[in-house]
Amino acid sequence: MNTYALTTPLRDKDIEKLKTGDAVTISGTIFTARDAAHKLLCDYLDRGEKLPLDLEGQVIFYAGPAPNKPGQAIGSVGPTTSYRMDPYAPILVEKCGLKGMIGKGKRNEAVLAALAEHKAVYFGATGGVAALLSKCVEKAEVILFPELGPEAVRKLQVKDFPVVVINDIYGGDLYQEAVKKYNEEI
Amino acid sequence: MRTLAAEKITEVVADLCIRACYDLCGDVYDTLKKCRACEKSAIGVDILDQITKNADIAAENRVPICQDCGLAVVFAEIGQDLHILGNFEEAVNEGVKRGYEEGYLRKSTCTPLTRKNFGNNLPAILHVRLVPGENLRLTVAPKGGGSENMSALKMFPPAAGREGIIDFVVDTVRKAGPNPCPPVVVGVGIGGNFEKAPLLAKEALLAAMDEHHSDPVYADMEKEIFVKVNRLGIGPGGLGGSTTALSVHIKDAPCHIASLPCAVNLNCHAARHQTRVI
Repeated sequence: MNTYALTTPLRDKDIEKLKTGDAVTISGTIFTARDAAHKLLCDYLDRGEKLPLDLEGQVIFYAGPAPNKPGQAIGSVGPTTSYRMDPYAPILVEKCGLKGMIGKGKRNEAVLAALAEHKAVYFGATGGVAALLSKCVEKAEVILFPELGPEAVRKLQVKDFPVVVINDIYGGDLYQEAVKKYNEEI
Repeated sequence: MRTLAAEKITEVVADLCIRACYDLCGDVYDTLKKCRACEKSAIGVDILDQITKNADIAAENRVPICQDCGLAVVFAEIGQDLHILGNFEEAVNEGVKRGYEEGYLRKSTCTPLTRKNFGNNLPAILHVRLVPGENLRLTVAPKGGGSENMSALKMFPPAAGREGIIDFVVDTVRKAGPNPCPPVVVGVGIGGNFEKAPLLAKEALLAAMDEHHSDPVYADMEKEIFVKVNRLGIGPGGLGGSTTALSVHIKDAPCHIASLPCAVNLNCHAARHQTRVI
């Protein structure tokens, strides 16, 4: 298990060195998007149009923050469960050059295949520690779909945002491996 | 007969929403600390530390523990000798609206298919019971979507019995894996009917961490489920470890001779609820 400090956008050489279980801190720009935003983004592609944001080399954080109090860059923010984005994620990886996703929970086979084929990685962030994680966000701005409220796409400037590699491009799956290690079922 | 102005209900509900989302219940906090001392995985220990540190920050800075401030589940026990001046349901909803707005809590209610967010977290999921007396007991239990999605209901035949139920609960936690933000609190409703069992499971989540069923038959089941769930290896954050559940609580009710309903309502580690008696 290694530790890495990465700055977005991510390149293939960043992705190639990452292995399941590695601890990574991410700095730079990342984008929030949840279910509703993913659907709208994929609608653009279905219509044959270009996405309204460039995802080449970028990282999407599956999150919808709480409103910020005055003086806060962002309200409490943490990962939502990722499987709900599984129908959309492979398309964004394959067609738009998305390189990273931050969420929590298991992904399906299609997502894992897309990671391996197009060199992208799935990171996990700790769920339910949103007050703590919000400290890593320096700036937040709604850039798309403001009508979605908490589900709007936000551009976040993050510093040392802590994640762990769940699924790498080599077929590794941290959830499966770690749980097997501690399973004591009789 | 006592009278109570609806406005007072609004005030209390608003305050309970905010405090439930900012202040992790003391017994949950203590249980997390206790589990940390026994946790076998180093990553698990680190995640449990993050969780209690997060609770400290949320309480100190008066911000939500989790960005998912949930649907506002409200339990109201209304004394039958209490006369409420005004519209009770509107007062509760106004309290939710006010609490979520003034507390900078995330508003998460939307239409089911068109997914339009209402922007005010309304309506509350309101459960009302009439009880003897002239007090009003209000509990606000914000419930996040991630753990709610991993919950399950099964209409068992009676032959499934104790073992069938235990296997179902353990299997529900196993299938949920990392998704509901473990370590989880497991609420189990046994008996009732198709709509009663899930409500029992939800009510079971309101129990204190060290509270056990008064009937030894169910208390033993709680213990057995707790041991089995914590052998699954899921651990804090689902990254492996010996702390998968913080506690297991069962609530039971009589059922039909043909059925044995069982509902499992999972709660993330941010088991949030606040109560006040007016």
